[in-house]
Amino acid sequence: MPSPVISARDVSLTFPTADAPVHALKDVSLDIGPGDFVSFIGPSGCGKTTFLRCIAGLESPTGGTLTVNGMTPDQARRARAYGYVFQAPGLYPWRTIAGNIALPLEIMGFSRPDRAERVARVLDLVELGQFGGKYPWQLSGGMQQRASIARALAFDADILLMDEPFGALDEIVRDRLNEALLALWAKTGKTIGFVTHSIPEAVYLSTKIVVMSPRPGRITDVIDSPLPRQRPLEIRDSAAFIETAHRVREGLRAGHSYD
Amino acid sequence: MSRVLPVLSVLAAIVALWYLAAVGMNAAWVRDQAARAGETVTAGRLLRETMVLERPVLPAPHQVAAGLWEGVAGQKITSKRSLVWHGWITLGATLAGFAIGAAAGMILAVGIVHNRAMDMSIMPWAVASQTVPILAIAPMVIVVFASAGVTGLLPKAFIAAWLSFFPVLVGMVKGLRAPDAMQMDLMRSWNASSGQVLRHLRLPVSLPYLFASLKVAVAAALVGTIVGELPAGATQGLGARLLSGSYYGQTIQIWAALFAAAILAAALVWLIGLAERITLRRMGLSR
Repeated sequence: MPSPVISARDVSLTFPTADAPVHALKDVSLDIGPGDFVSFIGPSGCGKTTFLRCIAGLESPTGGTLTVNGMTPDQARRARAYGYVFQAPGLYPWRTIAGNIALPLEIMGFSRPDRAERVARVLDLVELGQFGGKYPWQLSGGMQQRASIARALAFDADILLMDEPFGALDEIVRDRLNEALLALWAKTGKTIGFVTHSIPEAVYLSTKIVVMSPRPGRITDVIDSPLPRQRPLEIRDSAAFIETAHRVREGLRAGHSYD
Repeated sequence: MSRVLPVLSVLAAIVALWYLAAVGMNAAWVRDQAARAGETVTAGRLLRETMVLERPVLPAPHQVAAGLWEGVAGQKITSKRSLVWHGWITLGATLAGFAIGAAAGMILAVGIVHNRAMDMSIMPWAVASQTVPILAIAPMVIVVFASAGVTGLLPKAFIAAWLSFFPVLVGMVKGLRAPDAMQMDLMRSWNASSGQVLRHLRLPVSLPYLFASLKVAVAAALVGTIVGELPAGATQGLGARLLSGSYYGQTIQIWAALFAAAILAAALVWLIGLAERITLRRMGLSR
């Protein structure tokens, strides 16, 4: 097995609060290999977003070790090792779509011709080739989110971290974007960390599904998907898909005490 | 039309009340004069004469309008009796003070947002500076500047800047902190420097706040300039016009200068509003 891109050993994160400390993460251990598509699924408060933010160096674990590309998450962040996609597109209304995608490139000091070439390439990748000159408000929500994915891809980081990127979109748009994301993953071979609370989405997309539960935030099950890498939408009616979804549901139920 | 009608109704009500007040407040003088001449005052005469006094307690609206017109259009604009000339002098000091104040407010705000020590230390002093009665400070500023040989525009601009930096400071601190957590996280994920965050995110996002506080600041700068023109027997500017009006009991002159100042303030605020609309529409922030 190749050495993992992201490696977590007993990662814990405790927020001190006025009464009792909150254990957002407790003893989380996980390896993510190159080219893996890993989904984190669980009820709110299970720490899935917190864990993703730890990988991104946006939060600091209070215990355990976490490495990204063999570095600490903060070093990896400074080395621009990942692109991050949030639930909202967060595009600037005063910049065109192309301008928005060029923003991280400007910040990172890419030359002007290099920027133009990269923007054109990632726009094609998310099938927004015609829309570079438009402003965000001229695009639908799904198109805006695609633009924000293009922005995260523009500087060629090997890791793509996505925090419920399609959570605010309706199911029809979400299906299309899931399909497009798989195609993009196949084309680019990136390592993807994907937070969701939709079971079908997690099963359809992932090579590895991490089931988490709250209080304290921890991993209750890690499922290696039996599905092939090539996944048409119809695969969701296959027995393997239904079985995997069932196992995820069981894992969620076991971790949830309904208290 | 639906927007103009309410404004006109309020205006009409104010003018009507003003006429009533003018009759009431000027009546004593008219009765006095009549009594001295041994005549009786009819209601019609009272109404007629309270409108046309040379030094009324409260001039009637049309007297003020005539005074304003006479001051603006009835003189060469280089005349010392021209409101255009006085207004021009006041405008110069106002704009200079506004520019200094707005720049100071913006620079301090950037410092406060980026430096914890400045964050903790500057605001209390800024608030304290505004609690000092400007009317008390203004003569001292004029005297101190004059003793250093500086007279004319600069001392007045200093007082205008004193009043106008504060709204800009408060507005910009709020505006520069307006980007939400997700926008800041995105910048961190790109490892952007604080200068880049300022340029690409904080400044554009702060613009609506900036324009709102600039409107307050420009009006404050005008007030500061006029206050700066009051002491030490200044001879130029709308403030000087107010002062000489009150020396000689020229109430019409006082009111005309007041309205000239109000029109000037309205024009300045309107100009900033125009710049605001154009800028924000171009940036897609007005939607």
